Amino acid sequence: MKHGGCVSLTSLPAGARGKIVDINAGAGLRRRLEAMGLRLGTEVTKICGLPLGGPVVVQARATRIGLGHGMAGKVMVEAIRAQ
Amino acid sequence: MSEDGYSRKKIVLAGNPNVGKSMLFHRLTGVHVTISNYPGTTVGYTLGRLHYPGGSPPGSPCSLAAGETLEVIDAPGVYSLDPTCKAEEVATGIIATAAVLVNVIDATNLERNLDLTLQLLEKNIPMVVALNLWDETAHLGIAIDDRKLESILGVPVVPTAAVTGEGIRTLVSRLASARPAPRPPSSPPERWKEIGRIVAACQVLSPRRHTFLQRLSDASVQPFSGFLLAAFVIGAAFVVIRLIGEGIIARLADPFFESLYAPILYRISSFLEGEGFFHNLLIGKLIGGRIDFRQSLGLLTTAPYIEFAMVLPYVSSFYLVLSFLEDFGYLPRLAILLDNFMHRVGLHGYAIIPNLLGLGCNVPAILATRILESRKERFIAATMISLAVPCAALQAMIFGLVGARGTLYVGAIYLTLFAVWLCCGIVLKSTVQGFEPELLIEIPHYRFPPLGPFLKKVWVRISGFLREAVPIILLGVLVINLVYFSQVFDVLADLTAPVVSGLWGLPRESIVAILLGFLRKDVAVGLLVPLDLSTKQLVVATTVLAMFFPCIATFVVFLKEFGIKDTLKASAIMILATTAVGTLQNLVF
Repeated sequence: MKHGGCVSLTSLPAGARGKIVDINAGAGLRRRLEAMGLRLGTEVTKICGLPLGGPVVVQARATRIGLGHGMAGKVMVEAIRAQ
Repeated sequence: MSEDGYSRKKIVLAGNPNVGKSMLFHRLTGVHVTISNYPGTTVGYTLGRLHYPGGSPPGSPCSLAAGETLEVIDAPGVYSLDPTCKAEEVATGIIATAAVLVNVIDATNLERNLDLTLQLLEKNIPMVVALNLWDETAHLGIAIDDRKLESILGVPVVPTAAVTGEGIRTLVSRLASARPAPRPPSSPPERWKEIGRIVAACQVLSPRRHTFLQRLSDASVQPFSGFLLAAFVIGAAFVVIRLIGEGIIARLADPFFESLYAPILYRISSFLEGEGFFHNLLIGKLIGGRIDFRQSLGLLTTAPYIEFAMVLPYVSSFYLVLSFLEDFGYLPRLAILLDNFMHRVGLHGYAIIPNLLGLGCNVPAILATRILESRKERFIAATMISLAVPCAALQAMIFGLVGARGTLYVGAIYLTLFAVWLCCGIVLKSTVQGFEPELLIEIPHYRFPPLGPFLKKVWVRISGFLREAVPIILLGVLVINLVYFSQVFDVLADLTAPVVSGLWGLPRESIVAILLGFLRKDVAVGLLVPLDLSTKQLVVATTVLAMFFPCIATFVVFLKEFGIKDTLKASAIMILATTAVGTLQNLVF
C-alpha cells in the first residue's frame, strides 16, 4: 500500500503530529508496538529525536514512549496539522 | 503454598508497568515482604501479607473471612497477556492462582491500560479495579466517571492514589465485593473498538496545566538539556552517596566500634591472654598491642567492622539514591539518552540499568539483565558487570583504603575499570553471536515517591544484602586464618609468583588476598592492608582484585543464568583481561 506524503518517525520534524499509516516490520515488532499503544491510526506527536542515530521520543495519547532509531525508521506516519 | 507452609487465599495485583503497582502493594502489605523468582524462570514477583479486616457480604462470589490473613502477590507488570515474552507467561501463571484480582490501572492513561483490563476480565476471576494515580488526573485535565466505568465493566472500580494513601482502605473493604464479569474472548481490533467506546463514555479531557515537573520531564529527554541534566543528576548522585555514606561512618559506625564495642573485645582478648588459636580466630593479631579493626582479621573484629562500618553505610546510601531515581522515574530517560552510546558497546539504552545496579551489588545486577531481550545482550551485559563494575562493598573499601593515599589514585582505578568496561563491550559486540533488539520503553511521569513505602522498599534491599553478605564474610575471615595457619599458603605463593610478582609487581603474599576475592571482594581488599604496599602497588592490586574473578555470589548467579559453558567463557575473559591490565598498569604507572 502506498501512501502519499508519509514519512518515517525519524524524518518527522520535532513537534509535528502524525497518524501512523504503516509499520514496515514483522509480526513480533508490530505486537510490541501495539502493546505500547502504537497502532495503525494512532495519532502521535514527535517530542524529539536524539542526534547521531539516537532514539526518537513520541507522545501517543497519554503515554510518552522512547523508540530506538531503527525501530522508529520503520513506523510510517502521515503528517497532520498541529492543533 | 507460601513460605511458612500455609495455603492462603491470594490477592494478585496485575497491571501495566509504571502504574504505581508496587507502591500500592507496599501500602497493602506489612513488613513481611519477600522478592522471589517464579520457579524455572528469571522473572521476579513480590509476595506480602494482608490482614483482612471486614467480611464478605452474603452470597458474594469470593468469600473473605474477617480477620483472615491473605497473601498479596505483585505480579510482573505487563502490557498484555499475549505470551510473547517471559514476563507475560509468568504473570498469566500467577493470575491463574488468584482468589481475587486487583487490576491496577493508571487513571491518566485509561485507553492503553484498559486493553489489559479487558483481557483480564476474559479470565473469569473475581476482580476489582484500582484506578490508581487518581491524584494526577486533576492537573492533567482528566475527569473520569468511575461509577460509570464500574457499571460498564461489571466489577468494582475504586479510585486510589498510592502516593498519598487515598482510597486504599476503600479498596481493601471492596475486595470482598470482587466478582467475575466474564467477556467472550475477542481479537485485538475488537478490544480496541470496545475501549474506544468505554473511554468516550467515561472520560472527559480538558486542557492541561503545565506543572514544573512536567516541564522538567520534557527537558529531560531533549538532546541538549537532557544531557546537561543527566550529567548533573549523576554528579549529584555520587556526591549524595558519598555524603551519606561518610556521614553514617563518621557519626554512627566508628564511634560505636571504638567506644562501645572495643572495650568488650579487649576483655575477651585479655581473657584469652593475647595469643593462641582462638585469640587469632576471634580477635586476630594485635597491632602494637592494640586491636586494629582493619588489620587484626578476627571474626569479632575485622569481619563485623568491614561489613557494618565500611560497607553497609555505602550500600545503604547507594540503594537510597538508586531507589529514589528509580521511583522518581528518571531511569528510563537516562536509558534513552545513553541508548546511542550503549549501542557502540553492544548493548542498548536499557542496559544502563543493570549496570547501575551493579554499582550496588553485582548479584541483583546480573538478575536484572533479564530485562534485556536477546541472550547475546544479556551475556555481554553480565560479563561487563562481573568484570568491570565494582560493587558498593568493593567501592567502599577502595575509597576507604586507597582514598587515604589520595583521591587521584581512586580516580586511576575507576578510569581503568571504565576503560576495561568499554573495551569489553566493543570486543564482545563483534565476537558474540546473536542479535541486538531495539529500545522501546515507556517514559513515566516524574513523581515524588511517598516516604513510607519508599523507605520500606530500600530496607528490603538492604536487608537482602545483609542476609547474603554476613555469613560469607565470616566464612572468608575464617578461611584466611586457616590459610595463614597452615602451610598451603607458601606453596600457593610460589606457584603464582611469576604472574603476581613478575607481571604485576606485587609482593608474593598478595596471592592470598587475590584468591580471597573469590569469597568476597571487600574482605580481600582489607587483606592488602598488612602487606604494606606502595601506592602504585595498591592501585594495581585493587584493580586486579576488582576484575580478576567474580565473588562467589556473583559466580553462582552467573552460572544459574547462563550455564556452565558461558560462565567458563566469561571467567576466561576475566582472567586474561586482568593479567593484561595488571601488567599494563605496572608498566605504565
